[in-house]
Amino acid sequence: MGDDLRTRIEGLLQQHPVLLFMKGSKQFPACGFSSQVVQILKKEGVAFETFNILADDDMRQGLKEYSKWPTFPQLYVNGKLVGGCDIVTEMHHNGELAGVLKG
Amino acid sequence: MPKPETVQSRLQAAFPGARVEVTDLTGTEDHLQALIVSPAFAGKTRVEQHQMVYEALGELMSGPIHALALTTRAS
Repeated sequence: MGDDLRTRIEGLLQQHPVLLFMKGSKQFPACGFSSQVVQILKKEGVAFETFNILADDDMRQGLKEYSKWPTFPQLYVNGKLVGGCDIVTEMHHNGELAGVLKG
Repeated sequence: MPKPETVQSRLQAAFPGARVEVTDLTGTEDHLQALIVSPAFAGKTRVEQHQMVYEALGELMSGPIHALALTTRAS
């Protein structure tokens, strides 16, 4: 991955404490797994930003390498990968996610 | 499309001595479910455990497999 892309990713992560890289947008998710994480973040009542990786293929490919995580959605809190749909859903149900989001 | 057996043997090779169960959820060989129980996961976060699995699967994850529901634990 190029340095430019890495800088862009790190810039976004610095700018947004809770950032969801997803397929589609918050208003119009393009995938069931992405939609599920949006719903969970709404229920957690936290401010969050989303980034549509379908509209930016460089970012889509770069993030897979950056995070060693091949699928989307990817939820980051304070620059750290929390997980994809499965992990986020489990953490929402067992209360761990609320703790991470309070960070 | 990778057969569940391909994924199974790849994981078994990457995590020697682990309990590995791969299930084809849809019968179409692209939506798989995998359970891996390995001492190699001890002390790792779930994200780190899944990253280890994704690394073991390598190129299979960047195309052939659309969805992989993962369960990992140390014991």
